[in-house]
Amino acid sequence: MGGGRAGQDLHLSARSSTEVVRVSRLTRLLESEKVLATALLAPGVAILLVFIAYPFVMALWFSLTSIRVGDPGQFVGLANFAKAWEDSIFQTAFKNTVFYTFWATVFKLALGMWLALLLNRHFRFKRIVRASMLLPFIIPTVLSAFAWRWMFDPTFSVMNWLLYHGGMIADRLPFLSSGDWAMWCAVVVNTWRGMPFFAITLLAGLQTISPELHEAAALDGASAWHRFWHVTWPLLLPVTLVVVVFSVIQTFSDFQLIYVLTGGGPANSTHLVATYAYQVGVASGLLGEGAALSLFMFPVLFAVVWVQLKYLKRMETH
Amino acid sequence: MKRRKFLKATGAGFAATGLAGILAAHRAPVFAQANTVHILRWNDFVPAADKVLREVFAPEVKKALGLTLNVETVNANDIPARGTAAIQSGNGPDIIMLLNNYPQLFAAGGADVSDIADEVGKAQGGIYDLGKAMCTVGGKWVAVPWSTVPGLIAYRKSWFDEIGVKEFPKTWASYHEAGKKLKAAKRPLGQTLGHTFGDAPAFAYPLMWSFGGQEVDTKGKVVLNSKETVESVRFMAQFWKDAHDEGGLAWDDSNNNRAFLSGDISATLNGASIYVAALNGPDKFKTEKGAPLHTDILHAPLPAGPKGQFAYHTAFTHMVMKYTKNTKGAKEFLRWAHKKENYEKWFVVQKGFAVGPTRDWEKHAMWNNDPVMLPFKAATRQGRPMGYAGAPGKQSAEAWNKYIIVDMYANAASGKMKPEESVKWAAAELAKIYT
Repeated sequence: MGGGRAGQDLHLSARSSTEVVRVSRLTRLLESEKVLATALLAPGVAILLVFIAYPFVMALWFSLTSIRVGDPGQFVGLANFAKAWEDSIFQTAFKNTVFYTFWATVFKLALGMWLALLLNRHFRFKRIVRASMLLPFIIPTVLSAFAWRWMFDPTFSVMNWLLYHGGMIADRLPFLSSGDWAMWCAVVVNTWRGMPFFAITLLAGLQTISPELHEAAALDGASAWHRFWHVTWPLLLPVTLVVVVFSVIQTFSDFQLIYVLTGGGPANSTHLVATYAYQVGVASGLLGEGAALSLFMFPVLFAVVWVQLKYLKRMETH
Repeated sequence: MKRRKFLKATGAGFAATGLAGILAAHRAPVFAQANTVHILRWNDFVPAADKVLREVFAPEVKKALGLTLNVETVNANDIPARGTAAIQSGNGPDIIMLLNNYPQLFAAGGADVSDIADEVGKAQGGIYDLGKAMCTVGGKWVAVPWSTVPGLIAYRKSWFDEIGVKEFPKTWASYHEAGKKLKAAKRPLGQTLGHTFGDAPAFAYPLMWSFGGQEVDTKGKVVLNSKETVESVRFMAQFWKDAHDEGGLAWDDSNNNRAFLSGDISATLNGASIYVAALNGPDKFKTEKGAPLHTDILHAPLPAGPKGQFAYHTAFTHMVMKYTKNTKGAKEFLRWAHKKENYEKWFVVQKGFAVGPTRDWEKHAMWNNDPVMLPFKAATRQGRPMGYAGAPGKQSAEAWNKYIIVDMYANAASGKMKPEESVKWAAAELAKIYT
């Protein structure tokens, strides 16, 4: 028995010494900055490769083939891109996407800035107001879009119902049934949803600006507008640019809101590139054509990000 | 067994068979797949019918065949996306209910079900031509017709009486005249011209055909841009302005139901879901005089145009997916479900909203219960498939799915394009599909 125990102890000590060697080897390995950096980056890179790079490469490959649902198709070169370029619905969708992104971003920036300036002041229940302001951003887009769809419903919208049954209008207001109205409705909903993101980010930026700068400007006789334009705005510009870049990317590739609110109608008037690509690629099963349509967004977004980041870098240097 | 040993053994087992198996099969694992049939269908406009599937079919099929029936229902407009994802990933429901001519688009993903279709057809007086056109590709059945939802106009009898129209208009011109008077009385006609699967195409295609317009000729050459089509679009633009609730451009297949049931419109193309809802809720849906609304609803076919009277009725079909590991179970279930004694349980709760896939169902005693539903009984006989006069195929399915014919009318009705421009636009879009 005793001999057995001694043998066991010997075995354990031999194992622990092997572990020590292993641990020290591992420690030594991780002491190298290159190895540590690689080890730390590896999970992130793996996620990017699996969830971003792989789908992107697949989309790129699909766009060069005639793949349809259940049929792998053949290599067709740039034929899908050429077809999309001449597709009148795609042309409409592209113009709509630019219009929608531009106006929604302008409104989100203007209203978000206004809201941030208001929330930067001291007033009662400031914290509750700041928290509640985030509600539109927190609610899932699909749910809020459904709620808005009810509010804009051609027959049963609250406003239409009151005005129509109150005899104030002969025809109901065409919130979603006129192409122009429907597009502006979509801009309104996107602004409502995205404005809190602008406001809260700009508010964070505002709070980094030293009050002394404002006090000094006020002592020099600068008006409120001048203090904003010459003190607040330049200092807030880097944050603003980052928020605008994020917003442009999200708005340009928006899908959920339009899909639920209008489905791209009436008569394709509110189709965005993403919703049309979905209709062609997923709903109609023309995967190659759908992939080509969606890839038209890539160079535009890439250019926007590149220009804005370049500008940001230049500002930081100066 | 010690915990460590257990973990080691199960871990090794998973690594050897689980993960490797999943990777080799290129599909996610589906446990107990052999005994289960997963069917994806729409949220039926007659909810009692879904209840029959879950509460009657599921236990009975378990007893009869030992199959566990898993019924999943989603919005009909979302089914195509689910189908595409399932076929491409090779994983998903064993049976997918497809609408209209989707079997043509998804043909590559469907198993051959000719044996079931032949059996059902032979035993039940023959499958309607419309169902055959939707489900056959190269002489092979890629889906089994399950039902048709005929589209007829539901209208308020008393409101038409009040404007002096005692019998429902037989022609588009007289329907236009009646609609003008009704809209003036704040009781417009209601029609969707939106991107939605049922009422919009079921209205637009027959309107085009009744004026003599058609997408392609018998050889598949696009012939849409004709004076007949332009005339139909011109008619619709004026008809829309004069007689319709113009909000219809943004409607889906449920908006007209709500508008009719709330008394906002006087007539609309519909399956019988409005009437069935009114019938099931006599205390909820009433006329302005307090009578149950269903007592004031009648049905009529779409009016005739210069070249005749036509219809498209929404087809519902079941595709057994090629990727399923349980083809046998899925086919057995469909065979079982189509047996008269089983199908009847689903058929009767529809009360005529959905009609059977074969002519024998026209003889069912249910049709004697309610004369208001009689126009639905044999309506499917008149159905014409999209893509007429060409053969049904991928192209006509793609054109339908891109709402080209619907948008041709919507563009003119909304004033976005002149009738000639809209027809030219639609013809150009069709030409891209048919090349």
